Amino acid sequence: MSEFAVEMRDVVKEFQTPEGGHINAVDRVSLQINDGEFFSLLGSSGCGKTTSLRMIAGFEWPTQGEILIHGHPMGHIPPFQRPVNTVFQSYALFQHMTVAQNVAFGLEMEKAAKDEIEHRVHHALEMVQLTGMDRRKPKQLSGGQQQRVALARALVKVPDVLLLDEPLGALDLKLRKEMQLELKALQQKVGITFIYVTHDQEEALTMSDRIAVMSKGKVMQVGTPVEIYERPNCRFVADFIGESNFFAGVVKSVDHEFASVYVPILNSEIRGMALDGIVAGENVIVSVRPEKVRASEQAALNENSFQGRITKSVYIGSESHVIVDINGTILKVWEQNKISTLEPGAYHLPGSEVWLTLFPENTLILRDE
Amino acid sequence: MLKRLRENKSAQGALLVSPTMMFMVGLLIIPLVLTLVISFGRRDPDGQVIYDFTLDNYRRLTGFTTDCASGAAFCFNDLYLQILWRSLSLAFRSTLVVILLAYPLAYYIARAQPRRRNTLLFLVLIPLWTNFVIRIYAWIMILRTQGVLNGLVGAILTPVLPLLSGALNPLLASMHLPLVATTFTPLEILYTPTAVLIGMVYEFLPFMILPIFTSLEKIDSSLYEAAADLGANAFRTFLRVTLPLSMPGVVAGTILVFIPVMGTFVVSDILGGKQYILIGNLIQRQFLDARDPTFGSAASLILMVLTLVVTFFYTRRFGFGEEIVPA
Repeated sequence: MSEFAVEMRDVVKEFQTPEGGHINAVDRVSLQINDGEFFSLLGSSGCGKTTSLRMIAGFEWPTQGEILIHGHPMGHIPPFQRPVNTVFQSYALFQHMTVAQNVAFGLEMEKAAKDEIEHRVHHALEMVQLTGMDRRKPKQLSGGQQQRVALARALVKVPDVLLLDEPLGALDLKLRKEMQLELKALQQKVGITFIYVTHDQEEALTMSDRIAVMSKGKVMQVGTPVEIYERPNCRFVADFIGESNFFAGVVKSVDHEFASVYVPILNSEIRGMALDGIVAGENVIVSVRPEKVRASEQAALNENSFQGRITKSVYIGSESHVIVDINGTILKVWEQNKISTLEPGAYHLPGSEVWLTLFPENTLILRDE
Repeated sequence: MLKRLRENKSAQGALLVSPTMMFMVGLLIIPLVLTLVISFGRRDPDGQVIYDFTLDNYRRLTGFTTDCASGAAFCFNDLYLQILWRSLSLAFRSTLVVILLAYPLAYYIARAQPRRRNTLLFLVLIPLWTNFVIRIYAWIMILRTQGVLNGLVGAILTPVLPLLSGALNPLLASMHLPLVATTFTPLEILYTPTAVLIGMVYEFLPFMILPIFTSLEKIDSSLYEAAADLGANAFRTFLRVTLPLSMPGVVAGTILVFIPVMGTFVVSDILGGKQYILIGNLIQRQFLDARDPTFGSAASLILMVLTLVVTFFYTRRFGFGEEIVPA
């Protein structure tokens, strides 16, 4: 048995466009998903995340490349013979069956014994906290409850891998947050590999062991939530996950993991953490997250400090979002409101002068794609 | 006045349905009451209705008469009961055959590409553009002894039969099995009950295809994927998911087909010959040929009651073809 629960090797999925052209919905994707991992495919719509999931499930077949589940090449094996189960975005519950019948369906297809089915269905409904709902029809349940039925129906089969296609997309925010934590807890309890498709970065960060960020059919970066957020490997990832300030520049010098970059629009040099392999003379992007910039009314004259004027300040409770103009260049700065006061000056008034410091260890030098 | 109407939702509703209501009362309720009244009447020798209250017409339908040739007090003639039974059984068989033919077709249309689907639906509806009677007459051309069907089957079988009988008959004879004919004898279908069944099936097929198509089309394709994902192959997916979810269409189609087949007389008139009588023919003849509207009215009401009873039990079991909603 392979150590990977699912492996995608150079997978390409080509679709025909209505105009008769071709488009690679999934473009040479290679992924290794470990056994027992909560793995998320994150990207905006059309990035190929759902198509990748559907290929693992067997609803689509790769145009090129190979998908292996526990080391077995899946080839053209149909969905009903694969050791995976799917939780659909629309839940896809059978409306003509009760909750218990929905959950039992997969076990009946396995020709499990009747009392075994009963036992396992009961257990599965208990696991998703739907005890006592077994005789209801899906339409009689709330969205969140239907979601749990879909989950129970897939989990009761004890698949090698559970595929989840934006399962929380239709739920309201509060319920979604609850379900995120619950799903994660459930995954840890059952120990099944989860592959989770979402466009919601916060959802991916909250639940995942590892995340693959996808764009235009390609995997941009694979890593833990911390790696993805703190060490994005390209401008796309830095921009897609959270927010960032970006400046184009040219590398002047490289010193171990740090590099000095000349940024023309600031007419100044910025020092920051350099991505592996960046050399002097290279065109790069300087990226710094708004919450990592320090704003101060007192003059700061250390490196990476700039004087600017506040053009806008938005108080959003826990934070103030401040827009600072440095000689025509706009920077977003998020300041935590750590003290409780009604004094307006404490929340950065528009028009006032401010000194910004971009600490080199919080500033990333990314390759310009 | 107008202001009051604007505020009164139920008055608005009443106003909106009033044309339909007037239509229904004038052309359905009143004639129905008249039919009921006439069915209890008697007929004078000129065929005029004498209003009365007698159950003679209904008694006649059951076959019991006191007017016996043998001179007995009463005797029994099951002619009309046979007609009723024949109509009922034909309606059941026609509906069944229509379901079996319509379902695969509706399934195929529902699964076709959207543009192709519209073309196919259009083709299903095309026959309805031609008059019903003309289309049934066309079947005479197809079914008669010298017709299209026999011409086609004959053309295929005439050269094959001598060879086939030569090869198989010695063996069949040794096993005492029926022999293969050496020459083709035209099939006698026209003016048989089979011809009526064919005509009914042909006539009412679109009324089954459309509701089944509608309910199949409504099934979210993710349900098929979910069934496959849970381990069901295509056949089991069909049995456990597709078929139950399309039952509302089958039920609606059954109601649309069963009721008219029960009452139609044109098909049996044209394709069944004069001796194949359904309840529809009986009623028609009472009004037009026998000039006995009282007996015709009684037969009409019996037809209606029979149809209602069957529909009632059917819909009690399967619903009216509505969405499957929990009670």
